[in-house]
Amino acid sequence: MLEIKNLHVEVEGKKILNGLNLTLKKGEVAAIMGPNGSGKSTLSYVIAGKEDYEITEGDILLNGESILEMEPNERAAAGLFLCFQYPLEIPGVATMTFLKAAMNAQRKARGEAELTPGEFMKAVRAAAEKLGINPDFLKRPLNVGFSGGEKKRMEILQMTLLNPAFAILDETDSGLDIDALRIVSEGVNAMRSADRGMLVITHYQRLLDHIVPDVVHVMAKGRIVKSGGPEIALELEKNGYADYIEAA
Amino acid sequence: MGVVTMKTPFETALAERYAAEKADLPGATEERAAAFARFEATGLPSKRVEAYHYTDLRNTLRRVESLSEGLESAQQEVESVSQETNATIGRKTPFSASGLCTITFNDGRMAATPALPGGVSLEPLSEALAAGRVRLGTAMGRAVDSVVDLNTVFTREGCFIKISQSVETPLHVAFNTAKRGHLPLRVIVEVAAGAEVTLVESHIGPDGSEYFENSVVEIVLGGGAKVEHIRLNEAGNAANALSTLAATLGAEAELSSIALVSGGQLSRHQVFATYAGENAKLSLAGATMIKDRQHSDTTLVVDHAVPHGESRELFRTVADGSAQGVFQGKIIVRQHAQKTDGQMASNAILLSDDAGMSNKPELEIFADDVVCAHGATCGALDDEQLFYLMARGLPRAEAETLLVEAFLDEVLEKITHEGIREALTEKVSLWMASRS
Repeated sequence: MLEIKNLHVEVEGKKILNGLNLTLKKGEVAAIMGPNGSGKSTLSYVIAGKEDYEITEGDILLNGESILEMEPNERAAAGLFLCFQYPLEIPGVATMTFLKAAMNAQRKARGEAELTPGEFMKAVRAAAEKLGINPDFLKRPLNVGFSGGEKKRMEILQMTLLNPAFAILDETDSGLDIDALRIVSEGVNAMRSADRGMLVITHYQRLLDHIVPDVVHVMAKGRIVKSGGPEIALELEKNGYADYIEAA
Repeated sequence: MGVVTMKTPFETALAERYAAEKADLPGATEERAAAFARFEATGLPSKRVEAYHYTDLRNTLRRVESLSEGLESAQQEVESVSQETNATIGRKTPFSASGLCTITFNDGRMAATPALPGGVSLEPLSEALAAGRVRLGTAMGRAVDSVVDLNTVFTREGCFIKISQSVETPLHVAFNTAKRGHLPLRVIVEVAAGAEVTLVESHIGPDGSEYFENSVVEIVLGGGAKVEHIRLNEAGNAANALSTLAATLGAEAELSSIALVSGGQLSRHQVFATYAGENAKLSLAGATMIKDRQHSDTTLVVDHAVPHGESRELFRTVADGSAQGVFQGKIIVRQHAQKTDGQMASNAILLSDDAGMSNKPELEIFADDVVCAHGATCGALDDEQLFYLMARGLPRAEAETLLVEAFLDEVLEKITHEGIREALTEKVSLWMASRS
């Protein structure tokens, strides 16, 4: 279980998260919807452990233990995965080298044996095929020259290979055309499992047509202001965020 | 009017040594005398000399008791120290790539000559100089430099290599140095018109020994000759490692020179390249990795003396601890050297707050129809990239290594010989692993 308790976060003295409470259970797909500037991306970065955010109050617990003191790589090894809104291009780092390093680093941190080259290749090929990723892409430097859709597919590929217990998908639909959205959503849906919790952060309702959430949380001014079923998303699509911003 | 400065103990010792040895030095009497006269007039360059502003040799090399002592007792120590050298550098993972023809020098002395590939002739420098078969400074063009002069005055160790036809096997000149004292090494390579060769130069020595290597490699490329030159500086951490590459390119000749630097308390690698014929191509590149209190200087002077020359310079530095990097790149385009195309870049990554980098690109252009550009950057590793890699599970050190390898790989990927490229790439990982 991933629990966020009364989280207050500041960036350069500016308050972004304002007593946010949220619980994500294994097997659950939850959506967070909110207007621009409500703190959605901050929340995802803070969970993943990015520097430059000052947590002034509250805690984040993964299976009952605080992760606030953990480095991003330790959080990853503990089972957290952040699917980036804007995946980084890393020139000079071969995609395959990176994938192998990431998988083995996590295995090592958990005391598991490293993958053999054969096991690694097999896993990557299978995952790439499922996501319709051209194997030639894997030979290129990480994300360099990839389109928005290709980058997102690469994120889902990494999520598939790293098999996290909790995944946070930050605006996964941004920059995707309708075909790419469908492929990426299928990749995410294939990852739905009773052993995994997923937090889908989005501005628009359209992603939730493809990834149907169990729970929807509405975020405004750094807090969750309403929680309920998928019907909330439809209501938001119709009426917008204005009422929530005012109420928050 | 010149400023009269006191000679340092080291300079005094050098003058005395020249007086004592000059009758015994092999050949090149006039060049040596002229070089000595210039050296006498200026001494070792201090920071007041523009080309040495960031690397004050006069000051750095004034603590010379050990050096001058080494100069005198050098002869008898050679045997014992050579053995020690070999034993010590066993720990330093010496350069090894398979399929090279290696010519080894221990403290300047040439070990047994290996079986040479066809098209290659090799002669100890002292013999070639004594017989007047080779001239010192043959590839220096119009460049004059104090460190090269110092080498010219005293050099006797090294070799003269002639390449008369294309050679597939890379030649590797390996210098293992441990002995204290000024060691002026010189390698002169003449490459016949149209011949192609890969030339590797490695310099290695034990940590803790304050030795002082002053090596000069001269390469004269005949018309259409192609040379790939790879230089590896793995000098010991207390060494003063001064080095110079002087190259003259004939018409349509191509020279690619790539330097990997990780050694020396003080290192300075200079390149003097001169275009002697039209349509020649020059690529100079370097990957420097320094840490602790190392000081590493790369200084280039590319002299486009004729039209239609192309030059590319790409130098990358990674500095940790309180290490200081220096890059000085001068491209001269003479008045009639029209259609010159020169592009130069120096990029540095500083891994700590105390590390530093000084970049000084200079263009001296006297022709009016040329394309020349330079750029320099300096900064820390990209935080966003680091976070991305760490968020996928890579510990910080591993993420940094991946990014540094990628940064330096743009230089190392220029090496066409796969075995050599892999051996040098491996050294980047080892260096990153050695950071404490």
